[in-house]
Amino acid sequence: MAKKNYLVTIDRNRCKGCELCVHACPKQVLAMSKDINEKGYFFATVVSQPDCIGCKFCGMSCPDSAIEVAALDEAEVAGGI
Amino acid sequence: MAKVLMKGNEAIAESGIRAGGLCYFCYPITPQSEVAEYLSRRMPEVGGAFLQGESEVAVSNMLYGAAGAGVRCWTTSSSPGISLMMEALSYIAAAELPCVIVNIVRAGPGLGGILPSQGDYRQAVKGGGHGDYRCLVYAPSSVQEAVDLMPLAFDRADRYRNPVLIIGDGMIGQMMEPVEFREQEFPSLPEKNWATDGCKGRKPNVVNSLYLNPVEEEQLNRKLGEKYARMERDEVMFEEFNTGKPYRALFVAYGTTARICKTAIKKLAEEGIDVALLRPITLFPFPSERLNELAEPAEFLLSVEMSMGQMLEDIRLATCCRKPVHFYGRQGGLVPSPEEVADEVKRLLGSAKGDR
Amino acid sequence: MQTIFKRPEALAVQPTHYCPGCTHGIAHRLIAEAIDELGLRERTVGIAPVGCSVLAFNYFNFDFQQASHGRAPAVATGIKRGRPDLVVFTYQGDGDLASIGMAEIIHAANRGEKFTVVFINNAIYGMTGGQMAPTTMPGQVTSTSPFGRKTDDVGFPIRMCELLSSLRTPAFIERVSLSSPKHIIRARKAILKAFRYQSEGRGFSFVECLSTCPTNWGVTPLKALEWLEEHMMPYYPVQNFKDFEPATPEGGKDAD
Repeated sequence: MAKKNYLVTIDRNRCKGCELCVHACPKQVLAMSKDINEKGYFFATVVSQPDCIGCKFCGMSCPDSAIEVAALDEAEVAGGI
Repeated sequence: MAKVLMKGNEAIAESGIRAGGLCYFCYPITPQSEVAEYLSRRMPEVGGAFLQGESEVAVSNMLYGAAGAGVRCWTTSSSPGISLMMEALSYIAAAELPCVIVNIVRAGPGLGGILPSQGDYRQAVKGGGHGDYRCLVYAPSSVQEAVDLMPLAFDRADRYRNPVLIIGDGMIGQMMEPVEFREQEFPSLPEKNWATDGCKGRKPNVVNSLYLNPVEEEQLNRKLGEKYARMERDEVMFEEFNTGKPYRALFVAYGTTARICKTAIKKLAEEGIDVALLRPITLFPFPSERLNELAEPAEFLLSVEMSMGQMLEDIRLATCCRKPVHFYGRQGGLVPSPEEVADEVKRLLGSAKGDR
Repeated sequence: MQTIFKRPEALAVQPTHYCPGCTHGIAHRLIAEAIDELGLRERTVGIAPVGCSVLAFNYFNFDFQQASHGRAPAVATGIKRGRPDLVVFTYQGDGDLASIGMAEIIHAANRGEKFTVVFINNAIYGMTGGQMAPTTMPGQVTSTSPFGRKTDDVGFPIRMCELLSSLRTPAFIERVSLSSPKHIIRARKAILKAFRYQSEGRGFSFVECLSTCPTNWGVTPLKALEWLEEHMMPYYPVQNFKDFEPATPEGGKDAD
């Protein structure tokens, strides 16, 4: 079976930089940015999207509902987003 | 409808139900527990909600919840229990929730005694809870009037979105009198579109008294202030007795003591001494304007209260002390007799003039 | 593209005022997810306490009342008795529920009031600046226990689930933790069950969420999760205490 692909989207300006999502991700898909958002926080960002396994742990751990996870179908992966 | 002989507390209970007060919370306390006992039997018959809570603290917060959900709700208690409700009453007033609270006042302070008193005047009229709020306060002087005031209290609570107090005393609660439950007509009330009763088809509603922004808190205070001013303009109720002819003195008394004053007035008339009575039915708003007019021809005013003199202050304020305002009262659950009151009038008439 | 995780409809768009890493936000989301999943949003009324979550009414997309300190169960009782058709829950912290509101919670539970309680236990008073709570751990330093909670002076922390479980009436009592995805998944199930039981009219349901307060504990959000698991979980066991239905066997499948 082909590996499924997922898209993690982080609303950087909702993020308060608590790092819980980075810690929760079993595949090190996320990391903290070197930049700050409009609230002044270092925000979480996606660094290795292809490694995402769609476990949603990042979203579950986020106290600020800043994270969305989507499953991509094959056409979207082939065409690129 | 024919008159029926009923105990005050039970008549209040029945009138509350007929006024649509189908959600009632209570905690037992003498001398008003008959209301709860009556409603524990009666509510299931009319499909209403009856609940004996764990404390008056809880009961008053149950009112907050039910009133906030748009339910016509009420409670009854007596002085120490009412004190425990003061926190919630402040929240209820701040969140502009309608409910009716009946206080069958007993002697205080502290645990006090279980006999009639009017010692809770200040608590009812001046606040009691924290912050800048008012309650509309009715003071019936007979079982029939208590019955008649229940529907009015519920209507005004809804109309003003404000808690309404009914202040009785042990006499009103325990006395048996013939009563008639009269149908009362009121103009239709505005829809409770602010209630938290599920947000189907609208934006969510919030019942709240927290305003961290001082400008918003000031706006609330001013809005409440305007509401209380409207009550002062439109809701004043009183009864006059013997004011149609010249009088030398004017009694000011409410509730049970007003009845005693009426008897005293009849006794004094037999001795050729004309005295009149102003009986406030609303304690807030206080009938200041009419009191001022009625004070004019009197040599002095006499406040008769079952307390150390609480309404006395409002009488002096209303009349700006232009006339001497005297006080006669009994305390501790003792009720003044008409003879005592009449003797006090005679003593004052006989004493030195200019006693201001 | 199919979205598999997003903010639930019952949660308002407005960002919260909670500190970074505070688990209130997770508990809020789990409640909103349960309400969405059961389709209860349009007849739900939440009760906000006094404490950090006093402004919870801003963060949900349904009706709310704000209660005085500790009285949320009485307020909820009033709503539910007057309007049994509504779905009602209280959201209370440890000071609110286990200190000043002890009488209200015990009696609401014992009457079997048909509402849900979500109890946030983070072992400290948050809003007022980190004072000792009834659930503060032995030895834990707070602004009013500067030498650590001394049990010979103020006793041991109160275990609310155990206390309430001594009552016969409640339908559902469970303690969960918000310390890791694994525990959050269990928490989600417990909260969903609590609301489902309420919507089925089964009785009083209570979920205690072991939570963090990084700011007043004086640690990073990640350290706070570790502290919760190391210090709170041994004293506050994460388990079901009462269930209308038989509990699922231990070691059962956790993820949904």
